[in-house]
This record gives sequence, C-alpha cells and structure tokens, in this order.
Amino acid sequence: MSADQFVQYLVSGLTQGSIYALVGLGFTIIYAVTRIINFAQGEFVMLGGMLSFTLAISAGLHLVPALLLSVLIATAMGAIMYLLAIRTAKRASAVSLIILTIGAAIFIRGIAGELWGVDFVRPPFFTGSESISFLGAYIHPQALWIIGTTIVVTILLHLFLSYTMVGKALKACAISPRAAGLVGIDAKAMALIAFAIAAALGAIGGVVMAPLTLTAYNVGVMLGLKGFVAASIGGFKSPLATVVGGIVLGIVESLAVGVDWGPFTSAYKDAIALVVLLLILILRSGRLAAEERES
Amino acid sequence: MQNHLKWVVAIALITALVAVGGMSCTSEEEEMETYKVGAVFSLTGPASHLGVPEGQTVEMIVDQINANGGINGHPLEVIIYDTETNAEKCATMVNRLIEQDNVLAIIGPTTSGNSLAIIDTITAAEIPLISCAASTLIVQPVEERYWVFKTPQTDKQAVTEIYTYLEAQGITEIAIITDTSGFGAAGRDILIADAADYGITILDDQNFTSGDTSMQSQLTHIKGTNPEAVICWATDKESAIVAVDMQTLQMDTPLFCSHGIANMGFITGAGDAANGVIFPAGKLLIINNVPASDPQKEVLTQYKADFEALGEGTVSTFGGHAWDALNFAIIALEEMEEGLDTAEARAFIRDEIEQIEGFVGISGVFTMSPADHLGMMPGSLAMIEIVDGEWTWLQ
Repeated sequence: MSADQFVQYLVSGLTQGSIYALVGLGFTIIYAVTRIINFAQGEFVMLGGMLSFTLAISAGLHLVPALLLSVLIATAMGAIMYLLAIRTAKRASAVSLIILTIGAAIFIRGIAGELWGVDFVRPPFFTGSESISFLGAYIHPQALWIIGTTIVVTILLHLFLSYTMVGKALKACAISPRAAGLVGIDAKAMALIAFAIAAALGAIGGVVMAPLTLTAYNVGVMLGLKGFVAASIGGFKSPLATVVGGIVLGIVESLAVGVDWGPFTSAYKDAIALVVLLLILILRSGRLAAEERES
Repeated sequence: MQNHLKWVVAIALITALVAVGGMSCTSEEEEMETYKVGAVFSLTGPASHLGVPEGQTVEMIVDQINANGGINGHPLEVIIYDTETNAEKCATMVNRLIEQDNVLAIIGPTTSGNSLAIIDTITAAEIPLISCAASTLIVQPVEERYWVFKTPQTDKQAVTEIYTYLEAQGITEIAIITDTSGFGAAGRDILIADAADYGITILDDQNFTSGDTSMQSQLTHIKGTNPEAVICWATDKESAIVAVDMQTLQMDTPLFCSHGIANMGFITGAGDAANGVIFPAGKLLIINNVPASDPQKEVLTQYKADFEALGEGTVSTFGGHAWDALNFAIIALEEMEEGLDTAEARAFIRDEIEQIEGFVGISGVFTMSPADHLGMMPGSLAMIEIVDGEWTWLQ
C-alpha cells in the first residue's frame, strides 16, 4: 500500500462512514427516547433519495426546494408511521414494537416498489462530478457534501439537544423515562418528535448520498443494516458516538480492502460490519440486559 | 330487362352461396383445437424489468399469429402466469400449467434461479421448457436436460466475446471486480477459468456485495496493480457505481462490463462515466449500425418496430429472449400433425425444437442439436461501446 493509496482508502472510508453515520443517527435518537430500534430507518433514507429524484427530475423543481420538500415529506411520513403503527400498539412490549417497525419497513418498501418501479435512479449532483485532488487522493464533490452534511447535522443536533426546551425534554426521556414523566414531560409527544427527527435525518442522508450511491426502492435494507451497526458501535447513546461509530466502520471496511490479509479479500468487506456487530452485542450483552431490567 | 333481372338474381345467389360457404369455412376453423402454450415470467418482483417486456412480447406475437389465421388454422393461446421472481411461486404455476391447463410447452421463466428450480418438475412431466434465463446450467449437462432449451446468450459466450476483443487489442494484464451474488460469481468463475486461453493474466480479483454504495476501495486496490483493462461483472446499478467511482479516482483504464448493463438505466445512472464503457450484447441495441447484409437485420428491425408500436417503451433484449422462445414453440407447432394426444404432442414439439436449424432470432441465429440446447451460433453477440450516451458497435 503506497502513501497515496492509504490516503485514498481513508478518504473513501470517511465518505462511506459519513453515510453510515447519517443513517445511524436516526436509530440512536429513537432508541434513546423510546427504547425501540426502528428497523424502518433505512426506508426513510430510501424515501429521501427517491423523492428528491421525483421532485428534481420528474417534476422539474429547482434542486433546493426539491431537496427541502423531500426531507419534509419523509419527516411527515416518519410521524405518520409513529402515529399509525407504534402509538396504536401502546401496551405492546419493546420487542413487539421493534417487530412492528420491521413490518412498517416492508410496507414502505412495497409501496415504493409499486410507486416508483424497480429501476434504480440517480438524482442530480449538487455541484458537478469533477473529482477533486487531495493529498494524492481523489474525492467526488458529492462526497464533500456528504461529509459536510454529516458534520453540520451532528453539530445542529447537539445544539438542539443541549440548548432547546424540546431537546432537553428528549434528553430527559433518554436518561430516565419515568423521572421525565414525573416532571411533566409528555413521553408520547417526545416519541413522536423522536420519530420525526429520525425520519428527517434519514431523508437528509438519502438526498445527499443518492446522487453518488444511486437509489432504488430497495436500498433501505443494506443502508439500514450499516446504520444499525454504526449506532451499535456508538452504544445508541449520543449522536457524536454514533457518528464516530459510523466513520470507524467506514474506514475499517475501506482499509480492510487495502490490507489483503491472506485469504480475506474484498469479498469479506461486508462481513466486517457483521463481525463488529456480533462482537459489540457479545461485549455489551450484560449491560443491555441491565438496561432492560431498569426500564 | 328480363334477362338482366335473371343475371342479377343469379349473381346474388352465387354471392350468397359463396358467403355462406365462406362462413361455414370460418366456423370450421373456429372448431379447430386451440394450441395452448404456457408461460411463466417475473411480471413482478426483483426481475420484473426483465419479465414485463417478455410478457408484452408474447402477447404481441399471439395477436399477430391469430390475426393471420393461427398456426395451420389452429388459434394460439399463451397462458401467462406471474412468478413474482419467486422459485416456489414459479413451481406452483408450472404445475398448474402442466396439470390443469394442459399446455403443450412452457416458455420462461425469466431468471436462472427460477429456471433451475423447475427443471426436475419439467423433466418428470415430460414437457418441453424453453427458458429465457442466462445460466449455462439450465441446458447443461445436456443428458439431464432432455426437455429443456434456452434462448439467451450465456455468461461464457459474453466472456469469450470480451476476451477475444482484448486479445485482438493486445491487452494481457487485467483486473476483475465482481458482485458476490449469483450472476457476478458465475461470471467471475468463467473469467478466471478462461483467462489463460487468451494469454490473459488477472492481476487483481476484487469483490463487492449487491447493495454496496461505493466500490472506491476495491478500485483503489486495482489501480495499484496497474492493469491494462478492468472487467466488472454485475448488474446495472452496481456497474454504474463502478463506472462513476473509476471516474472519481481518475482511472483512465478502459472498463468492460457484462451484458447485464444492456439497458438505458446504466447510461442514465452512470452519466458521463458511462462513456467509453464496452460490453457484449445482442445486436438489437445497435440495430441502426447493423448492415443490411446481416442475417438478423430484418428480424431485429421488425421486432423493434412492432414492439415500439405497442407504446410500452423502448425495445429491450430481454423481450427478445421471449420472442425467440415462443417462436421455437411456434416452429414446432407448425410441423405438428393432427390428432396427437397431449403427451405425444409434447414429445413431438421437443423433438422438433431439437432439430431447429439456422433459425434467425432476436438474440442470434440458432441451430439446435441433441448436444446443444442453446444452439446460438458465433457472431450473435456484438461488442458495444457507449459513446456520448449512445450505444455504438465496435467492429
């Protein structure tokens, strides 16, 4: 591996890691507030990308309103999903609710397949496709958008959670739902806000990555899995930890291709995410069980 | 006047007689037994972009045949079922075609997986199957595929076409990047097995998974080995990502792809990066480049015109696979004598298909034999380069 190649692996890994981080953030927010793992998270990434294509290309809107509208529609759908699928099953255990999210994911994917067909599409690049040279490596301008969006979103999310009333209420629910309820925080309203924010984060990820990664009705499955691993590495606790988790995963995957460990060729690249996931689940199983008893 | 009247009456009577006679002829034709053929296609599910044009093509041909008086006076009916690209559903539908609908032959399924899943059923029921899927295994080993034929080119033919081209260009050192799914893995095996026959060395062998969103890391690895060409074996979406990532990494190594990218989706998906990509495919894509002397010119031009007149979008090579398959069955039915029972008719159709010689179809020119149930003649595939977003034939 030459120095140039090393930088290239890092840059490519950082781009992929940012994608995983954007998907993972939604998992973290919902889990922290409601203890539900939302397996429909990847579908909101898909919705963001597909909607941006429909609005920007098929409907011919200007790019900026098309992107904003895509995120807005997906956010509304996140809220609707919570109201229709999750809130109506209020007495159900967390496990049942998680299964409900899987059902919602299949439902959304099925509708998307009917609506948009099975072909993949590419929304327009934000700022061209001429790659930029950087320390001997190359980076696509859209990749800079992806990395930049991840940074901005993480900072905004941090500010929101730390300095606004609603954000603090969300945080309170995350720390102790019972105590939050005792001081008069409406847990249901907070759950609704968490689902809407998660859908928005997913859709933001979707619109910014789709020009580079291409999108189709079924991209949510794989992206959801990677985002879930990113959130697991971060412990489902803070947005920053999730972002670090995503970027670590992206860079490890990328470097694994470059390192050539004997028989471990790039065929095993995706296995890394699963191995990391298993390790985390084994290491954390004690703590997760403790949390389960607590809540 | 009297004479005139007689003539008028006579002519009227003759006309009436002819008309009645004609009518009785027509009603006799209607009484002729309908030839029933079954079809199983992926009308929905992951392969529906292949199965839908197949179904449309079959319906188009049936309408044309029946408008022209059927096959030797027998109307043709094709019963089409949706497999949902699901092997179990496909098997159920095939059983229904055999047991309930009593069809004489079956065309389809759309995918290799579905085709392989029903071969045992077909063989046990002794009914001819003409598959529209790619895998070589559908017709090999031929001793175990007595009742099975197929129409699309195989992966091996596509690899042969690329390697022959590379050899002619004097390219000997290549890298391959393949999908770990069935299609990519099968292509990878053939690429590796056949390389030495063309004096080609594979410097780097990289993989990715369907659904991956970036192949930059693998391409960075490939770039480090300095190949003279890169071959990517995957479906259109992943191939488009490879093309875009190569452009991002500013690799000017020529990119060769599989016939899996033979649709406009690849060009719109890869954008500028599609330009310069070379792949093997049927001549249908570049019909305007095909000289009038080519045996397929007329058939391809006609099919394109007929299909596009339906108003269901542009013609694709996949619909062509069904065109070839149904025409195999029609050729056999044209030779069939009257009065055969279902089992005899099925056996007769199988034997006739095996004797097809020099049939000019959409995917190529076919000559079947007991040892070759695809029978596609060399020269059926064209090497196509994407230039300014358009397919152009590299001769």
